[in-house]
Amino acid sequence: MMLDCGLSMQSLLNFLPLSFVPSNKLMNLPNWMPSDTSDPDLEGELKENGDRVFVDSPPEFCPPLDKLIDFSQVDIILISNYLCMMALPFITEGTGFKGRVYATEPTLQIGRLLLEELVIYIEQCPKASFASQWKNFVHKCPYPLNEAFKPKSWKQIYNMNSVNASLSRIQMVGYNEKIDVYGALQVIPASSGYCLGSANWVISTEHEKIVYLSGSSTLTTHPRPMDHHALKNADVLIMTDLTQTPISNPDSMLGVLCVVVGLTLRGGGNVLIPCYPTGVVYDLFECLSGKMQELGVSNCPMFFISPVADMSLAYSNILAEWLSSVKQNKVYVPDEPFPHAMLVKSNKLKHFKHIYSEGFSTDFQEPCVVFCGHPSLRFGDVVQFIELWGNNPRNCIVFTEPDYDYIEALAPYQPLQIKVAHCAIDTSLNFTQANKLIRDLKPKTLVVPECYTQPPVSAPNLTELVISNHPDSTVIPYKWGEVINLPLKRKQGQVYIETNVAQRIMPIEVKPGISLSTITGVLNVKDNVHNIQDFSSENKINKLVKYEWGSLNITEFLQKLAQEGITDAKVESLGGNVVVVHLQDEDALIQLEDNSTHVVCNADEKLRTVLRNIVMQCLKKF
Amino acid sequence: MPEIKVTPLGAGQDVGRSCILLSMGGKNIMLDCGMHMGYNDERRFPDFSYISDGPLSPFIDCVIISHFHLDHCGALPYMSEMVGYTGPIYMTHPTKAIAPILLEDMRKVSVEKKGDQNFFTSQMIKDCMKKVIAVTLHQSVMVDNDIEIKAYYAGHVLGAAMFWIKVGSQSVVYTGDYNMTPDRHLGAAWIDKCRPDLLISESTYATTIRDSKRCREKDFLKKVHECVDRGGKVLIPVFALGRAQELCILLETYWERMNLKAPIYFALGLTEKANNYYKMFITWTNQKIRKTFVQRNMFDFKHIKAFDRQFIDNPGPMVVFATPGMLHAGLSLQIFKKWAPNENNMIIMPGFCVQGTVGHKILNGAKKVEFENRQVVEVKMSVEYMSFSAHADAKGIMQLIQHCEPRNVMLVHGEAAKMEFLKEKIQQEFNMKCYNPANGETSVISTPVKIPIDASLSLLKSEAKRFSALPPDPKRRRTLHGVLVMKDSNVCLMNVDDACKEAGISRHVIRFTSTVHLNDPGPSLTTAHKLHGLMRGEVAAMVGELLGRRDLGGVGACEGGR
Repeated sequence: MMLDCGLSMQSLLNFLPLSFVPSNKLMNLPNWMPSDTSDPDLEGELKENGDRVFVDSPPEFCPPLDKLIDFSQVDIILISNYLCMMALPFITEGTGFKGRVYATEPTLQIGRLLLEELVIYIEQCPKASFASQWKNFVHKCPYPLNEAFKPKSWKQIYNMNSVNASLSRIQMVGYNEKIDVYGALQVIPASSGYCLGSANWVISTEHEKIVYLSGSSTLTTHPRPMDHHALKNADVLIMTDLTQTPISNPDSMLGVLCVVVGLTLRGGGNVLIPCYPTGVVYDLFECLSGKMQELGVSNCPMFFISPVADMSLAYSNILAEWLSSVKQNKVYVPDEPFPHAMLVKSNKLKHFKHIYSEGFSTDFQEPCVVFCGHPSLRFGDVVQFIELWGNNPRNCIVFTEPDYDYIEALAPYQPLQIKVAHCAIDTSLNFTQANKLIRDLKPKTLVVPECYTQPPVSAPNLTELVISNHPDSTVIPYKWGEVINLPLKRKQGQVYIETNVAQRIMPIEVKPGISLSTITGVLNVKDNVHNIQDFSSENKINKLVKYEWGSLNITEFLQKLAQEGITDAKVESLGGNVVVVHLQDEDALIQLEDNSTHVVCNADEKLRTVLRNIVMQCLKKF
Repeated sequence: MPEIKVTPLGAGQDVGRSCILLSMGGKNIMLDCGMHMGYNDERRFPDFSYISDGPLSPFIDCVIISHFHLDHCGALPYMSEMVGYTGPIYMTHPTKAIAPILLEDMRKVSVEKKGDQNFFTSQMIKDCMKKVIAVTLHQSVMVDNDIEIKAYYAGHVLGAAMFWIKVGSQSVVYTGDYNMTPDRHLGAAWIDKCRPDLLISESTYATTIRDSKRCREKDFLKKVHECVDRGGKVLIPVFALGRAQELCILLETYWERMNLKAPIYFALGLTEKANNYYKMFITWTNQKIRKTFVQRNMFDFKHIKAFDRQFIDNPGPMVVFATPGMLHAGLSLQIFKKWAPNENNMIIMPGFCVQGTVGHKILNGAKKVEFENRQVVEVKMSVEYMSFSAHADAKGIMQLIQHCEPRNVMLVHGEAAKMEFLKEKIQQEFNMKCYNPANGETSVISTPVKIPIDASLSLLKSEAKRFSALPPDPKRRRTLHGVLVMKDSNVCLMNVDDACKEAGISRHVIRFTSTVHLNDPGPSLTTAHKLHGLMRGEVAAMVGELLGRRDLGGVGACEGGR
């Protein structure tokens, strides 16, 4: 079972931006070579700007490493939200993967938009050559390239065919839908409150429960609220995807954003907001349009530019069942759940696929607010807007997505005059919320990335920004590439007993409060479900086995011997609980001990049978 | 054996007023709560006095509504607000959105036009809807600790659902109305192999194998086209939601393709609003509409415009959709009165009309219709009946049975005679019991129990290991033998040794020793070899026999006995 399928895109920051209009600035950056190297193959692969070195090549990504496991052995993949599936085509295509992928409907629909957008962004700016030699000289490069994580495993992006093939494997599920995994496990997605269709997963058998908690939010934004109840009392809680901005709070960041936008527009400048085509951007449209009205700059238009802008706006308004109750109730009127439908109708929000799309140049007016991708600033229309607005200090670029370090993102474009504001809005759980959640959920074992057990690198003094110790839970930290064993040992399974088998259960109380009964039946195993059925009538009797236990009562034994006509038994105690009964006429010796009987008898089969029967009659059975 | 009891209060051997009581595992569940459109007296609502003379809350654990048609939800406000029910009501999101509008529409027609007394009020509809809990498809909902429900796509109208209901080890699937073939705007019903103890299926078209839908559509378009060509006016009385949207899509694409100019109108109000619901709940429509909705929302009609009452007297051809569908009141009736006397005009009835309505009369060939105010209208316009109703036909019902593999089937929501026919067929083909109780009649279905108990994995694994070590034989039965340990409230099946350990007791072992004297000259080692050789064959056979018994755990005293 694979939990999520995210793509590490930090590698992007080491590449030069892709521009579909050749940029003088970027094209004329000087080549860079390691000081003691003169490999002609490396010539032109690396460019220098300021103290940073960039790879001049189509950007590469760091997919989950395939050396650790064989993807063809993965039975199922659970996708938590649309941000955690960007590596899916790398895993499912061309690897022999035969399993199933589960995701909610919004995760599939919106995830498709993100994957398509990525492919379009990169394919629309083909590069003449792929740089590869630089990977042999990474150690000689300056920071941060020299610390790049496993650059030799980096891959080019997938194509649209792989996207379609990969997404066609996804099976859509609803919240609280019980998904049966080969009869062995049950998997249930529970709303995680983070984004449209985001889910946490409850993986359980009759006796064990593992909760996988991914991007979750307890804030009130547009998605359905987080479902805590389903996550309680797990044997193991795997917790990941906590906030990337532990120091700042999303509400105050939103406040700052509104002020910055207001000030910039009033000063005649433009606002550039690099963003994903979905998610928090819906809340930004709603919040900013209101704020702009208040500040008297509502005549400035908002532009939303993405190859999937129209799809994103349309989908968000048909997924009412996945929204917060306030938004959901709007469709009962019927109104569109998000106000951006109204903003589009009233021309306050205009959306285009690209800046070169028909109509954009006529509609474009300044000052304005532009939302466009990609947040890494390495491809997409944002590259053109930085070219256009970068040298005017009245403009402002506002970073709202938390995934990329904004200083690194801007590095290839420096020097820039445009103002820079950093208002990263990450609605995922912060450490206070996460610790409170752990106290509520009371997992027996808590599994977290090791970095959550130490204060953030950016703020080593803030020791409260960790997953603290919880008295009820054992914490197991994990690191990249590490194999950990979960303290979960399955001891019991479940079988179903049919009526007539159950009717034959005759409990014998062997000790106060403890009863035993044998059960024998035909076992029918289908899809890992065990059913015990009755035998067909003809051979029922001889299969009803009973067990004798305990010790013999010597008086009772002698009585029964007498009844069988054996009256010459001589009893001799050997100390302890060992008693020897000597049958002189029959020449038999019976040694009785705790829980065992030894018959030494050279007579015929008949006597042995008689003795056996008497011993068994004297014993307790179940 | 535990039982499932089902009593239809409506829809038992009849169509209209679906309301079925289901009792299992000590829980009582009401499936649909519909009204009969053909009656104006107390017969229009189900007879709730069957359950209780007072409020129903103590007797009903939950109410499940399959879709928004009034014959499935029309009595809901009456039941919850007037008879008295405070428990939960479940339906899908689109049903929750659309049902109150249809209820209000019907209330207006009944109270304001017909002057009905003792009908529920607008406020009651609102209060009733507050008790509704909306569910999404496939979501498993726990009504209380025992009742679990799950909705499946039914395709009959927007938001129509089939419900799987489970209490303890018993389960039932109630289909509501469903459609097994995708139509122009909805997909086909779908259910997984959930193997319920009972499948309660509608059977409106129990005997029909419907002719190809394409043919009926072609026929419909041809008739409309001919009428418009001769300058006639076409009236299509519809209910606001469902068929109306499908016919609109049909006409819209036809107009586009044939480049027709005659105007198509939609009666203002309800239907227009209804299209908005379709736009919002596009995820409930079929694959094709969902795929293309961003480029072009199927429910944004280019050729279809809002209707104004003044247009009634406009000259020239036109096509008008007007509510209500059975011509019993409202705009459709008003237009009918104006257009009926002209033989160039046409009326197309796309759905079922209950007795007593004008729709029913003209479908039966009435050439004159008399109204309350003694007004007599001559019907010279052509009258066409065209069923586009999205119900499963006999083939579809059989398909559904095949898909979900129930142990028993019950037919409701159909005519008695047709049901009998289908019942025979189901019993023959699937060799399962089929019920069709009349209203007020209780069917009792006994179900086998399966008791889930814990079993130690080592017991199961050792059995599996033994079984897989044997050569494959499809006829070989697997047997499981173990000891059930009941300790305090824990019950677990385990192998005998673990059971003894768990109980703190020891098994008794009986051992026999006999001395046999042999006389064999020569060294004793040779004798031992001889004996070994002789016994090898014998013992191997005996051990084989013993192992066979050990399979069942048949060791112990018997083993000692040998």
